[in-house]
Amino acid sequence: MTTTAPTDTANAIVPDFDSPERTGRKLAIICSKGNLDMAYPALILANAALGEGVETHLFFTFWGFDMITKSTMADLKFTIIGNTATHMPQGLGGLPGMTAMATSKMKKTIAALDVPDVPEFLEQIVASGGHLWACRMSADMNHLTEADLYDEVEAIISATDFIEKTDGAQLLFI
Amino acid sequence: MPVTTMAGRPIQVNDEGFLTDADEWDEALGAELAAAIGITLTDEHWKAIRFLREDFAEQGETATLRRVSTRGEIPVKRLFELFPQKPTKKMAYVAGLPKPRGCV
Repeated sequence: MTTTAPTDTANAIVPDFDSPERTGRKLAIICSKGNLDMAYPALILANAALGEGVETHLFFTFWGFDMITKSTMADLKFTIIGNTATHMPQGLGGLPGMTAMATSKMKKTIAALDVPDVPEFLEQIVASGGHLWACRMSADMNHLTEADLYDEVEAIISATDFIEKTDGAQLLFI
Repeated sequence: MPVTTMAGRPIQVNDEGFLTDADEWDEALGAELAAAIGITLTDEHWKAIRFLREDFAEQGETATLRRVSTRGEIPVKRLFELFPQKPTKKMAYVAGLPKPRGCV
């Protein structure tokens, strides 16, 4: 060896994971849709934020309520009707069995990537420290109570409550 | 790429400090990397780190948090306690591996 790489013994290069200026970020995600394909963006972003140490709150409202209602959460559907991004003839979407087929195909594609289904994804989000909130108005509209909802939902709260809880947060509406 | 000194020897890292050559890693270095980010490794930490190393050797990429929990059999909640705030990145760093590529 005639040359050695320069080393800096005094200042080892160490990632800055926990500096104060990188903490304190909050994220609020409003989940308003109950289609399988519209559930995932919220779940993936919530999970990513939690993994970055971001305090994360999800508010389920209108059709997003299906994501946390015990009777529907494992059975969200995907349809090609009204979704030109599928690049399928729209008329096909109305044929019997098409929604079931499209849903099943999407679920398989997601599972093949080792991405969890909706209930398991919510479980991981809660285990990662995420907060789940249900919308009061949606509960009243659908005549649902906390007993009908996924056990890890913290409470049924008003929109005002949610805005209070997420003071200073960045907000996503999905 | 920068070179830094860890465990008494030069180690190749990227600008952030992650090892760029996983083969430069050994457990003594792992303990030092953990100490550098304020973590004292226990048997439970090692279980995660060793899983990451073995999985990387087989798969060629760093396991995501979900994979460490499902295949490495450590609950997600526990991983957040062992490697606070940013478990996925911290585990990868201590194991001398790149950040995971996957989303979930």
